[in-house]
Amino acid sequence: MIRTPLRPLARILDARAKGENPDAIERENIRIRHEQMRDRARMRAEGRLLVLGVMFFCAFGVIGGRMGVLASTEPSEPRSSVAGAQILAQRADIVDRQGRILATNFETHSLYAQPPQMVDPERAVEELVRIFPDLDRERLTKDLTGKRKFLWIKKKLSPEQKQAVHDIGEPGLLFGPREMRLYPNGKLASHVLGGASFGREGVHAAEVIGVAGVEKTFDERLRDPAHGHEPLRLSLDLSVQAATERVLDGGMKLMNAKGATAILMEVKTGEILALASLPDFDPNDRPRAPTEGNPSDSPLFNRAVQGVYELGSTFKIFAVAQALELGLINPSTLIDTKGPLRWGKHRIRDFHDYGSEMTATKVIVKSSNIGTARIAQMIGIERQQDFMKRLGFFEPTAVEMVEAKGGQPLLPPRWSELSTMTISYGHGLSATPMHLAAAYATLANGGRKVTPSLLRQPAAQLGPRVMSEQSARASMTMLRKVVSEGTASMGEVEGYAVAGKTGTADKPKERGGGYYDDKVIATFASVFPAHDPQYVLVVTLDEPVETSGDEPRRTAGWTAVPVAAEIIRRVAPLLGLRPQIEPGELAGITLTSN
Amino acid sequence: MRSLFYVLTALAVIGLAFWAYRENYRTQAALSQAEQLQHEIARTRQRLRVLNAEWAYLNRPERLMELAELNFDKLGLLPLQPYQFGKIDQVAYPPEDEMLPILNPIEVSGMEVQEP
Repeated sequence: MIRTPLRPLARILDARAKGENPDAIERENIRIRHEQMRDRARMRAEGRLLVLGVMFFCAFGVIGGRMGVLASTEPSEPRSSVAGAQILAQRADIVDRQGRILATNFETHSLYAQPPQMVDPERAVEELVRIFPDLDRERLTKDLTGKRKFLWIKKKLSPEQKQAVHDIGEPGLLFGPREMRLYPNGKLASHVLGGASFGREGVHAAEVIGVAGVEKTFDERLRDPAHGHEPLRLSLDLSVQAATERVLDGGMKLMNAKGATAILMEVKTGEILALASLPDFDPNDRPRAPTEGNPSDSPLFNRAVQGVYELGSTFKIFAVAQALELGLINPSTLIDTKGPLRWGKHRIRDFHDYGSEMTATKVIVKSSNIGTARIAQMIGIERQQDFMKRLGFFEPTAVEMVEAKGGQPLLPPRWSELSTMTISYGHGLSATPMHLAAAYATLANGGRKVTPSLLRQPAAQLGPRVMSEQSARASMTMLRKVVSEGTASMGEVEGYAVAGKTGTADKPKERGGGYYDDKVIATFASVFPAHDPQYVLVVTLDEPVETSGDEPRRTAGWTAVPVAAEIIRRVAPLLGLRPQIEPGELAGITLTSN
Repeated sequence: MRSLFYVLTALAVIGLAFWAYRENYRTQAALSQAEQLQHEIARTRQRLRVLNAEWAYLNRPERLMELAELNFDKLGLLPLQPYQFGKIDQVAYPPEDEMLPILNPIEVSGMEVQEP
């Protein structure tokens, strides 16, 4: 740039010649120069502002754009930091105590349709109905040719069905991957496992949620991705469960019963090794809950933990054990059994007349209602209530199944002295077979309370003491005599020294008003081997009748006991229990002189 | 001197850019390999689960009972009975026979990857 001089000589000389002031020229030039400088500075400042503005615009644009991208894209897993365990986040398996699979997952596909994309809906309907005969042709035609944009056709497909649908070649029929719960053993342990169904569903995946049994109780644990690779280990034993169910099923049919349940429990740990309830169902295809009729007739009903029954004479041992514990009697105390025992307008009778007096052991062995009622009178209301409460007959069992909460025992609304007497022989208090199994396990465990559990337990339980070791032992000896010389003589299994107590209770009428004459609940609660109690088995048959004799027999000794004996015969070797020669009773040594 | 400095700086920038790009590509390659491996692990696990499920299904007690009944002539299998418990000194040492030959082996290896 050529700098203009402030006082250009030509103009100065010219101005001097005209007599003007040449300083004006200089001032004029200075003014022009200042204006130019000002314009330049402004230009530069404006340029800077523009650059700054552009910079800010870009920065905000980038941030805004990024936010928009983040908000509108599907979230994705971070690529670089995925731990190996969660690679395949699926519902965890359920296995038995030896790791054999009871429930696992299976990859399958669901079928859905997008009618707007369909080329020839009529033909698709024809083909689909040919593949799935259960589809409703008219409904499907209406759905596929109508205005619907989307519809599910099938939730689960087998690979063959998928191929067949694929072969239709219709672009509007699409498959979504589905994870399906599979119970490879079919009906086995169906009541324990419960079942699973789909929760929220999307095209790409669906939630699998447990609907009953342990699947529901441990739903969160099974769905937790952190535990996805660790199976849930139950205390059940697959082979023992299978043998129990098979024998029970055969026994139920032989005894013409409409339902049956068996619980096999380990005494020291409280682990449930087998839990069967018949009739049962296939958890792969769980039936719908019945909307009418008696819910206890549905195959979904778990008699072992939901069925609240009066369990009859199996309760007698609790009264006797408590009387032993309190020192009111000893096994050879004579009890008055003259009948009938009148109490107000009620009369208590025995099945047979057993004479006027019996020892306490005989009361149990012969199952005398009168004798037990007399013992209960000695105990009294409050002490009996307290004992039954400590045995767990006041609240639902703690088994890890959602159904167990439904097994609330029915207690008498007013616990009178008559209630005490009837409860002592198992009437007036209804409980589930699981309650009974837990209480017998407590007796067998030397008087320490046992809480039943469906999970594998690491060690023996050390529950609170309910009664002394001696009383529990004496009760076991009495129970052994019930089998060796009493009402449960068919329960003898050579080498396993079965101890137990039968119970036959008339079924109450559903609409109230007394009991049926020809419908009973037959129960056999047993412990084996008696000299070293390890397992408790409770078998309950619903309305059994044994018809091989002249007249129908319904007592537990003829119905539940042979079934239980057969279960023990089949299951004890599977449990690795060797047959043993029972140690003889020690001769009582009495101190006669010092 | 100054121009040499410019040239060197430009060369350094080119060099660093080359290095950075190469590292970036290598990282990308490693990441996609890891992803692929994870997919493979997931597929293999899935396959393992299917095989386990199939094994459990084939070994379900119901089927084994039926098989034992069907093949009773050949195998003579009965439920385990209490009297079958023996003592170790009752057992004679078995003669050293050869194992039965495997006639129909079943492919169960999970190594091969089927591309979907």
